[in-house]
Amino acid sequence: MNHHRFLLTSAAAFALLSSMTASHADQPYIVLASTTSVDNSGLLKHILPLFTKESGIAVHVVALGTGQALDTARRGDADLVLVHDPDAEAKFIAEGHGIDRHEIAWNDFVIVGPKADPAKIKGSHDVVAGFRSIWNTGASFVSRGDKSGTDALEKRLWKAADLDPKKAGTWYKDIGGGMGADLNAAAAMDAYTLTDRGTWLSFQNRRDLVILLEGDRRLLNRYDVIQLDRKLHPHAKLELAKTFADWLASPEGQHAIGDYEMKGQKLFHPESDPKP
Amino acid sequence: MSDFGSAVTLALGLIIGGNAELYGIIGLSLGVSIGAAVIAALVGTPAGAALAVYRFRGRRAVVVLVNAMLGLPPVVVGLAGYLLLSRSGPLGGLGLLYTPAAMVAVQSVLALPIVAAIVHRTVEDLWARFGEGFQVAGATRLEIIPQLLRIGRAQILTAALAGFGRTISEVGAIIIVGGNIAGATRTMTTAIALQTSMGNLPLALALGLVLISLSLLFNGLAFTVAGQRKYP
Repeated sequence: MNHHRFLLTSAAAFALLSSMTASHADQPYIVLASTTSVDNSGLLKHILPLFTKESGIAVHVVALGTGQALDTARRGDADLVLVHDPDAEAKFIAEGHGIDRHEIAWNDFVIVGPKADPAKIKGSHDVVAGFRSIWNTGASFVSRGDKSGTDALEKRLWKAADLDPKKAGTWYKDIGGGMGADLNAAAAMDAYTLTDRGTWLSFQNRRDLVILLEGDRRLLNRYDVIQLDRKLHPHAKLELAKTFADWLASPEGQHAIGDYEMKGQKLFHPESDPKP
Repeated sequence: MSDFGSAVTLALGLIIGGNAELYGIIGLSLGVSIGAAVIAALVGTPAGAALAVYRFRGRRAVVVLVNAMLGLPPVVVGLAGYLLLSRSGPLGGLGLLYTPAAMVAVQSVLALPIVAAIVHRTVEDLWARFGEGFQVAGATRLEIIPQLLRIGRAQILTAALAGFGRTISEVGAIIIVGGNIAGATRTMTTAIALQTSMGNLPLALALGLVLISLSLLFNGLAFTVAGQRKYP
């Protein structure tokens, strides 16, 4: 009896499983290793159906921090990357993994923090001075600490301020998590943090957090799509990936990116929009 | 408390007026978790029973090992699975990374020690009570195992359900080997992790309530189908 039931259940489970995989097998797809911000902000959900409808190619998005996204591609587990850390991207290309880097969108980073603003950075447009004020006040600051594009920029800004976060006090909280986890932590602790505008605008759990510092040229945030080199990545679906990369840069793709709004605000600018 | 209130309302809305996307996620969650629990039960039941019935050198060590693996950290199993299945790993040629099959594989590994440990404990008791009787009647150990499993079937079901409990609630391993890809490898637990990271806490909690309801339903169903008979 028991035996039969096991067999029956397992047969049903396998049938269910194979039907799940089959439904995806008939459509060509690529794996896109992307930074979390373009996914969590809803941008990809907005533009991918347009691309898939036109090309018949599905895009499987694995959303990771930029560092991890590039590593995933290095191991051969992605067909294309969409990231935002110019230094890490240059290294990726120099190592021979990537060939064609193309900027497809940009927006900016902002410093958010508690309304009370103990470090008095509100209204300033000098991000380095803002970082110094936070340091001097010892107000809580949440750091991604995950080698993402945002984390890399934060570390560069501390360096520009001649400060070393490794020597910071307990007010500096390295949470080792994604942008969402970082914002949740900052909201819970009334802490300052650096975030990209896209994730911030789509983030729902702000509590007392508001944008306090923005508009510094050093806070520019560019998103690049990088195609892989066939020499190191013979298994990658490079043609399909190129179709998507080209579409992102095409007038339709650019229009779709610029078209994405939340509460009347643009989250991403297409590449052709003039930068401040 | 308002967070919990709105989560309950949202959860009811999701269950009653759920959309195709949610049903897809629920279907994948159940498919992966049941698939993994069934594999764990098919392997773990005979393995646990054999551990209880046969006597061989190193048996105690294996029992300790199986019990220690009850605390196997999912994130480590996920990472090991990722390194094995990655294109540059030893099993990369299979192309299984970021597919439901990879998720089933890592969850089977997580559920296996649970099933094996519970079955071992059950059959050990039954062996102590009935083993000698069967042997006197001339049965071999291999013939006795199915008899003991039949007697202890309610406990065996509990073992399988405990395996399912581990797999349906698991997120650390499947998010690494599955990638939480919308429409392909997103399950209830990875969707909850995603909504949490988007600051959508009421929706995340509501999905959690739907998941718990599903688990309740499944367990209730399993007990109803299998009955609640205990061995004498």
